[in-house]
Amino acid sequence: MRNTRWRVLAALGTVAALTLSACGGGSSDGDGDGGGASAKANAAVSGVFNPSDKKGGTIKFANSGDWDTLDPGETYYGYSWNFARLYGRSLLMFKAAPGDASNELVPDLAEDLGKPTDGGQTWTYKLRQGVKFEDGTEVTAKDVAYAVARSIDKETFPNGPAYFDAMLDWPADYKGPYKSKGVDFSSAIETPDDSTIVFHLKQPFAGFDYLAQLTQTMPVPEAKDKGAEYRNSVVSSGPYKFQDLQPGKSFKLVRNDQWDQSTDPNRKALPDQYDVSLNVNADDLDNQILSGSIDVDIAGTGAQPAALARVLNDPALKAKTDNPTIARLWYTSINPTVKPFDNIHCRLAVMYGMDRTSYQTAYGGPVAGGELATTILPPQIPGYEKFDLYETPDNKGDLDKAKQELEECGQPNGFKTSMSFRTERPKEKATAEAFQQQLAKIGIEVTPKGYPQGDYFAAYAGNPPFVVKNDLGLVANGWGADWNDGFGFLSQIVDSRVIRETGGSSNTSVRIPEVDQMLDEAQVELDQGKREADWAAIDRRVMEEAVIYPGVFAKSVLLRSDNLTNVFVNNSYGMYDYMEMGVK
Amino acid sequence: MIPYIIRRLIAAAALLVLVSIFTFSIFYLVPRWAGATPETLATRYVGRTATAETVALTAERLGFNDPFYQQYGNWAKTVVLGGEFDMGAQKVECSAPCLGYSFITRQAVGPELLDRAPVTFSLAIGASIIWVVTGVSIGVLSALRRGSVFDRGAMIFALAGVSMPIFWTGLMGLTFFAYKWPIFVPGGTYTPFTENPLEWAHALLLPWMTLSLLFSAQYARLTRAGMLETMNEDYVRTARAKGLRENRVVFKHGLRGALTPIVTIFGLDFGLLIGGAVLTEKVFSLNGLGKYAIDGITNNDLPKVLGVTLLAAFFVVVCNLIVDLLYAVVDPRVRTQ
Repeated sequence: MRNTRWRVLAALGTVAALTLSACGGGSSDGDGDGGGASAKANAAVSGVFNPSDKKGGTIKFANSGDWDTLDPGETYYGYSWNFARLYGRSLLMFKAAPGDASNELVPDLAEDLGKPTDGGQTWTYKLRQGVKFEDGTEVTAKDVAYAVARSIDKETFPNGPAYFDAMLDWPADYKGPYKSKGVDFSSAIETPDDSTIVFHLKQPFAGFDYLAQLTQTMPVPEAKDKGAEYRNSVVSSGPYKFQDLQPGKSFKLVRNDQWDQSTDPNRKALPDQYDVSLNVNADDLDNQILSGSIDVDIAGTGAQPAALARVLNDPALKAKTDNPTIARLWYTSINPTVKPFDNIHCRLAVMYGMDRTSYQTAYGGPVAGGELATTILPPQIPGYEKFDLYETPDNKGDLDKAKQELEECGQPNGFKTSMSFRTERPKEKATAEAFQQQLAKIGIEVTPKGYPQGDYFAAYAGNPPFVVKNDLGLVANGWGADWNDGFGFLSQIVDSRVIRETGGSSNTSVRIPEVDQMLDEAQVELDQGKREADWAAIDRRVMEEAVIYPGVFAKSVLLRSDNLTNVFVNNSYGMYDYMEMGVK
Repeated sequence: MIPYIIRRLIAAAALLVLVSIFTFSIFYLVPRWAGATPETLATRYVGRTATAETVALTAERLGFNDPFYQQYGNWAKTVVLGGEFDMGAQKVECSAPCLGYSFITRQAVGPELLDRAPVTFSLAIGASIIWVVTGVSIGVLSALRRGSVFDRGAMIFALAGVSMPIFWTGLMGLTFFAYKWPIFVPGGTYTPFTENPLEWAHALLLPWMTLSLLFSAQYARLTRAGMLETMNEDYVRTARAKGLRENRVVFKHGLRGALTPIVTIFGLDFGLLIGGAVLTEKVFSLNGLGKYAIDGITNNDLPKVLGVTLLAAFFVVVCNLIVDLLYAVVDPRVRTQ
């Protein structure tokens, strides 16, 4: 018996020793030579880490999930838009530069930014000469027109952005080139010659250049289009083309010999090849980056919790991280359709009563979680103005003020309400619990209610009748812009006209007619400075109604590989810029 | 024997139909009972700024507006007769047995299953050989050396093997033996057997060992228990009394008698593993059937889920049939019965 006990203890001790050494001893992992630049935390946030023009080599990417689609007409993830610039050229693109410079639009396939006429209802672009597809055929304006037209076929491409569908003046009942074959759509897109493309909108829209940078404007040759199956055989117009595509598993990008550097001032095209592995275990992916067998986690959302603990506690590993703030807001909607939140003072009680630092803690703290937010617009959005209409000491809430507001709204002893969150998101659950704990101090009883993520907005938190019936006064929410611009960020979350009784909208609480009008006015303001000021004014107006409680602006901890050159965070994507990287 | 096999195969076909109906019901009926409409079901398969029209089109395309029996009927007809799928610019033929196209990736499910099956088979076969050999060997030795240091150590190993979860042992294995000391390859590496058998084996060695650690522990305990029972049987005492060598007594008479429950459980375990060693595939990023199933479940991708479920059910049934037939080979007593 004594012998057995000692053997068990020895076995357990061995296991514990192995575990501790795996968890703690990371200092020698993937270190090696720091190369041309010594590793430093956040070196790539506002500058270029390890700048180099050296060509050659292979960059290894990995994705912890599957790609949504490689078809530029339908893909709708930031990492995919970032990466697609390697095999496609849209009319415009965000400048490949660190910091705020990356919010600037520059011409890519087009020679220049769009020329608006008719008060912004018509936009004209001239294409560069000499741009070719990988098979040697020249890219023309018709290829761009076709690419945009096919993307509006929402039966074939239900997942992609719907901006072109909604904004261009398509013929009545036009369903795209497959189902409306041969139908003239020049009312929406004209191509007077091979290098000119003209977009006609239903209404003026000053920010159309932002649509021109979408991957949906990457040219598609009609003869090679296979509809939903085109994703497996995309024809490149960029510096690289596909090779060895195994859907769901992996693919490579190799040099496109038809790409001409003289037509492309934006790309350096340094590596010879990109290897992309799909569906790699997320925790293992982090380990592989640290050990050097993978260079980039393509999702760009940051390290997993297991690696975070290791990396942040090891100075040598921490020096290889970048911790950008990204243009994503985690917030809580306060629904005025649910009593007693129909009274603004009850909403103000929440605005003053809540402890914003506990929100930050729920999301992972100031490094991995986010930066405290007091506005709706994140700092990356041009026009952002910092303000705090509901200041509380150290952002920890002001219980006295909150109680005053409760008196004003006729609920001096508090009231009961529920808060929804997505059950698959532990951070949202933690946020709901933070609200529950903090608001209990002023008598507001919050009951957290979890719902499935898949149809959270369609069936639950974004379904107005369900919200009222189930007393969802508070809704855990979040939003990241499709592009860093006021319209891109605000239009889907503060415009009351996107709310549908059948559900599906991320806007669950903002129903302010004045804001709708302000949005309409801002959208047609061609002066960029005035337009940006308009977005800030909308932000302030919505905050005045206390229907959104901003929590944190998201942050991520990105792991930087030792193998790479030209590493920098592109603010427009909120992750490393994949187009400019090279190999040491 | 032949009529027996035919009856079992007919029963298997009926079981597969039942499994498909059950899976279909979970996917379509349960959300409906919870109040979902065709539109709310369709919102899972559209983009985040999709209009109501897009949602309606998707609901129609995926058959959510049809009654349950019609949806199932359409699917079953496609399996048996094949079908045509509209990809927009072209229509594609899917010949029978056609398991449809993924709602999310728009890839044909059948070819994807065939593509991923070798990975799962490779994982299952390699791991099963290791766990049977090590588990049975350890069990036999433990039984023969009951109460010894070896026996106690082996049972501790069994306890540890069963207790340590695969997602932990797998990640630890990769951390130490692929990254810290690069003896094995990183996760996500797989070379088909037909391309390079040595690389195939090298890439799978760590997943095999990780997976077999769990099972060999169980088999060691099972073998030990069975051996302890059979070695006390009269016929074993008789064999010894007749002067047979101890090796022959243990393996031909003792172990053979103890193998029946092991064969039974092996059939079940192997059949389930063919359906996908989900955790192992996930940890080692192996694109097998298990991972495919998880992706399908996570994304509410019914064609994928149905495809893997049917394949897994088929293999469970076939493996159990093989096990039943093997009883007669393994245990002479069954033959005489």
